[in-house]
Amino acid sequence: MSAVSYGMIVDTRTCVACAACVIACKTENDVAEGFSRDWIFTATSGSFPNLEMEIRSERCNHCEDAPCVAVCPTGASHYGPGGTVQVTESKCTGCKACIAACPYDARFIDPRTGAIDKCTFCVHRVENGTPTTACQEVCPTKSIYFGDLNDPESEVSRLLRTRQAYALLPDAGTRPKHFFLK
Amino acid sequence: MKRRQFIRVGSYGAAGAAVAGGLTTDWYGRYANPIADPGTDGDRVVPSFCELCFWKCGILAHVKDGRVTKIKGNPKDPLSNGHLCPRGAGGTGLLYDPDRLQKPMVRRDKRGSQVFEEVSWDDALGVVAENFERIKAEHGAGALALFSHGYGGSWMKHLFKAYGSPNIAAPSYAQCRGPREVGFDLTFGSGVGSPENTDIRNARCLVLIGSHLGENMHNTQVQDFADAIRNGADIITVDPRHSVAASKSRWWLPIKPGTDTALLLAWMNVIIGEGLYDRDYIEQYAYGFEQLSEHVKAFTPEWAYPRTGIEPDVIRRTARAMGAARPATLVHPGRHVTWYGDDTQRSRAIAILNALLGSWGRKGGFFVPSQISIPPYEYPGYLPHDDQAADRPAASDFPLADQVLAQGVCDATIPGVVGDSRIKAWMVYGSNLPTTLPDPENTYKAIQELDFLVTVDVLPAEIVGWSDVVLPEATYLERCDELYAPWWREPYVAVRQEVVPPMYDSKPGWWIARELGSRIGLPEFFPWKDSEEYAKTRLEAAGLDCDVMREDGVIVGKPGPLYFEEGALPDFYTDSGKIELYSPKLAALGFDPMPTYDHSALEEPPEGYYRLLFGRAPVHTFGRTTNNRLLSEVYRENEVWVNRDVARRWGLEDGERVYLQNQDGKRSSFSAPLKVTGRIRPDAVYVVHGYGRRAPKLRFVHGKGIDDNELITRYKVDPIMGGTGMNVNFVTFLRAADVADSGPVAEEEVA
Amino acid sequence: MEMQETTTTRVNALIDPSLHIWHYEVPVYLFLGGLVAGLMVIAGLWMLRDPDSPRSRALQFLPWAAPVLISVGMLFLWLDLENPFNAFRFYFTFELTSPMSWGSWILLGVYPASILLAWASTPADTRDRWLARLARVPGLGRLDTWVSGHVPALAGLNVALGVALGVYTGVLLGTMAARPLWNSAILGPLFLVSGLSTGAAFMMLYRLDRREKEMLSRVDMGLISVELLLLALWMIGLAAGGAASRAGLHTIMGGPYTAAFWTLVVALGLLTPLIGEWIEHKHSAVPARLTAALVLIGGLALRWIIVYAGQHSGWVSDLASR
Repeated sequence: MSAVSYGMIVDTRTCVACAACVIACKTENDVAEGFSRDWIFTATSGSFPNLEMEIRSERCNHCEDAPCVAVCPTGASHYGPGGTVQVTESKCTGCKACIAACPYDARFIDPRTGAIDKCTFCVHRVENGTPTTACQEVCPTKSIYFGDLNDPESEVSRLLRTRQAYALLPDAGTRPKHFFLK
Repeated sequence: MKRRQFIRVGSYGAAGAAVAGGLTTDWYGRYANPIADPGTDGDRVVPSFCELCFWKCGILAHVKDGRVTKIKGNPKDPLSNGHLCPRGAGGTGLLYDPDRLQKPMVRRDKRGSQVFEEVSWDDALGVVAENFERIKAEHGAGALALFSHGYGGSWMKHLFKAYGSPNIAAPSYAQCRGPREVGFDLTFGSGVGSPENTDIRNARCLVLIGSHLGENMHNTQVQDFADAIRNGADIITVDPRHSVAASKSRWWLPIKPGTDTALLLAWMNVIIGEGLYDRDYIEQYAYGFEQLSEHVKAFTPEWAYPRTGIEPDVIRRTARAMGAARPATLVHPGRHVTWYGDDTQRSRAIAILNALLGSWGRKGGFFVPSQISIPPYEYPGYLPHDDQAADRPAASDFPLADQVLAQGVCDATIPGVVGDSRIKAWMVYGSNLPTTLPDPENTYKAIQELDFLVTVDVLPAEIVGWSDVVLPEATYLERCDELYAPWWREPYVAVRQEVVPPMYDSKPGWWIARELGSRIGLPEFFPWKDSEEYAKTRLEAAGLDCDVMREDGVIVGKPGPLYFEEGALPDFYTDSGKIELYSPKLAALGFDPMPTYDHSALEEPPEGYYRLLFGRAPVHTFGRTTNNRLLSEVYRENEVWVNRDVARRWGLEDGERVYLQNQDGKRSSFSAPLKVTGRIRPDAVYVVHGYGRRAPKLRFVHGKGIDDNELITRYKVDPIMGGTGMNVNFVTFLRAADVADSGPVAEEEVA
Repeated sequence: MEMQETTTTRVNALIDPSLHIWHYEVPVYLFLGGLVAGLMVIAGLWMLRDPDSPRSRALQFLPWAAPVLISVGMLFLWLDLENPFNAFRFYFTFELTSPMSWGSWILLGVYPASILLAWASTPADTRDRWLARLARVPGLGRLDTWVSGHVPALAGLNVALGVALGVYTGVLLGTMAARPLWNSAILGPLFLVSGLSTGAAFMMLYRLDRREKEMLSRVDMGLISVELLLLALWMIGLAAGGAASRAGLHTIMGGPYTAAFWTLVVALGLLTPLIGEWIEHKHSAVPARLTAALVLIGGLALRWIIVYAGQHSGWVSDLASR
């Protein structure tokens, strides 16, 4: 398998929920005011004082079997470079079927264009000589990893082999390419 | 079928097949999907350093068509290392804040009425100069005071020194870091400074006392924190709240607020008692070990347990973990440490603990920093003046304070508080005193006593609305400032340079200082044409290349040895030349030479009241950024953290809005939603500082959330260096619905 | 005490705190689309099975309601689009896996099919009058001749397209795994049967012959019975599904849409008209317009509640996914 398959990993051990990734993504990608393509999720469980907290930086999972691509009536939602899920703004009618189809609620309507917006894995950078996403670049704890899942020597592949990792809603059957290290 | 029919049917069929094929193949590849480019890369990228907080991370600002699109970390900068915290990434939210101060203004009605007239710079500076000169002539330069926070304040400090006033106060001292500088200085002969010389990245055991790294976003420290986690460091967090740092820790000690020193003493007891200290290090470098061992014998974990709420077993196990990792055990000195009025002694205890573990000057503890020395600009000498700063009632008060006490300067403005009122005029640079100094009603009272108040700021914060003259400064992206050459792991110099020209009629601080200086008889102290010339002169004197500076933003030198093992000199600048576990200096001044703990001095909250604690959100730098619309998309309004069981007893729901009222009956001006959580002790509540703003021109954040500082009507003063302990107030809840029934709180109400 | 607290920094409009992307426009279209599907299938079948017996004038003109109502429905659909002037993009491609793409082409086909059937159903004298007035339009006469000669094919086409129209919206919602309340294969047949029922009810509002009304009423009783069965099977399937499905079902069984579902849809929109029609049938009474109106209200309510409640349902807590 020589085709590139981009994936992302967030290390929940080192993520401190600072949301630098959220702000950096907004400025890099000119995201509409009031909207975010990525976000911080925390879950605290246990009973005082034995508490544990899981912290994640989440975004579109760029699923291998993306229901948002299957359901799009105009082909605007499609598989782009490296198997990422992209949206061609000019083809989007804003029917929102893809938003309903996404189990992760990762997509939204950009009010300025009426078209779908979401994380693009920064393909405009990645396919243009800067192989890091904006969120990965800014992250002060270096918790975000990005690379080719089909390259066994890539950092993302190594981490998946050597650390305990999980993806969100695996039973939804979408085969997400965004993983979290425990 | 006839041939004509056949052709007709056939051609329809072929056409249909072609269309169907096109419909299902993106029109044979011609209906392609381009890669969308948001187009935010700048046509110019300018290196500088950030000012959203006070860490000064190196940044790269992208400018496209004259607009700053995004801000990235400068990979060459030794503080940011190419990464930024959310505040730095959100700097455009400050640059393009619609509420920014735009023009110089002069007050036209009574103070606090917020009635101003926009005037020219010439007029505004004229008013300032006239008042300064008049007050200096009548009362002497000692009647003027400068409050300053932020890197651009260096020009104003220079101005005031040249003018002959000793009253140059930074709230970052006695309202923030001061006690730990004095505590560490008494022990090791130097403070920890900023950026702190903490070798977090190499620590094998990291102890955080009330430090909430991760929510406190001092960039490099958080980067190091992540490295420590990756390296498997044992993290021990002592905090009444389950902070993000606590969630990364092997041990979270939910300590009773105010009892940290008891825990520190018990740790010393175990570490000395079980021989877990660095013997060689102590023998070689420390003075007073016998006294200390004797002193801590009484402070057993069993003694500490009823005071702190931390079980003896936990105290022992954590002490052993600290001992096992020595000397790479770092007991973090904290940052804002003005809590209970005994803060210098608590910082002393932290310093002593570090000394026992042998971490000062050692890998994983505190490294030995180095600095690039840049010759200062050659000015004429500052006028000598005999006046002491007017910041304390008697010269013998707070004997170890080595900086001016901001609260004291404020008090010296009110007649009768500190003898004859001595301060008549304030200049306030980038420091919103009503949300910074405790007891804001006292601050407003002092303001009313002033003859003259001028503020230099970027946003219309509360202090600005109370000024006589308002001077709008350009933001950090629109100006050059002083060169930055800190003590750090590697010595370096960074430059702040203009990314885009100043918006509106704002001016950089160097220009304001120079223009004012020339009007008050100090032109010889501002001989350079602009700050760029100033910087160039100094850089060239240091033999550094200005073009490289402009291009890269930083010049990094060769690091010296960081640790004693690598050859760094174990110099301790105490009187004895050794680490002073026992401080003769403190004894001579009548203070405890070794920290003790007096539990009877700790006040208990009245029934139904909870200790008010405060801290930071990672996307904000308190009131400095809470009006930033971009950053506020992540955190819009603060919440009151309250323990789940407490909320249940009160019948309060998560998200319900409440007012807070303190033990003196002071009620918060605004309400905030509750965060009902298991992550905080039942005897405390917690808010993020910087909300509940009364300044009407901060349109975005006005009225949002609760201002904890309003409720800090009491504070305990550290007798050693004057630090104002602020965690000594207790609050109770008022349901928003109940308060609404009794009429709204007047927003313009003033003490 | 064990507790679980979650926080998120995301506050995307229409998405948070819970999905609400589709508002009244979508249920209104689904209702009209289903109704038109019913009209097309019933009119088509009627024409196939009983082409020669006399019909009331109302019945003969009723098929014209199909293209009119579908246009209204499509207008609402178009209003729901966030980028409506890109609507032509639906017709630049055919996406095999997208029920919405099927729907856009089905709707395109519905126009000529329903118009031609309505033409075929129109009484001859009216047709001749219209032809005379439109004499200048070329080819119309030839078209009329062609239609007259191909009525069974047209009727069959209408039945096929009507079924497709009635079923595809249910398939669209039903194949969304992300919305557990919708995620059931029964939704397609359910929407079809409901559409047929509302189509019949719509026809019963008009001045048809007693015989015609009675026939429609009997058909409708059967359809409502099947609809109730399908609803029950749908709910049983959700209850026996995983945690997400059960949470989805909860929206109408204890959750925020419970009262509306059981009163407006089941009691008012299905059981009452069913009982009403049965009583009418037993006493040989003329089927009342009220009964038909209740069926229509129930049909709209069914779609409204399913669309809103379904958006409310999502996958359960992320923590459980580890």
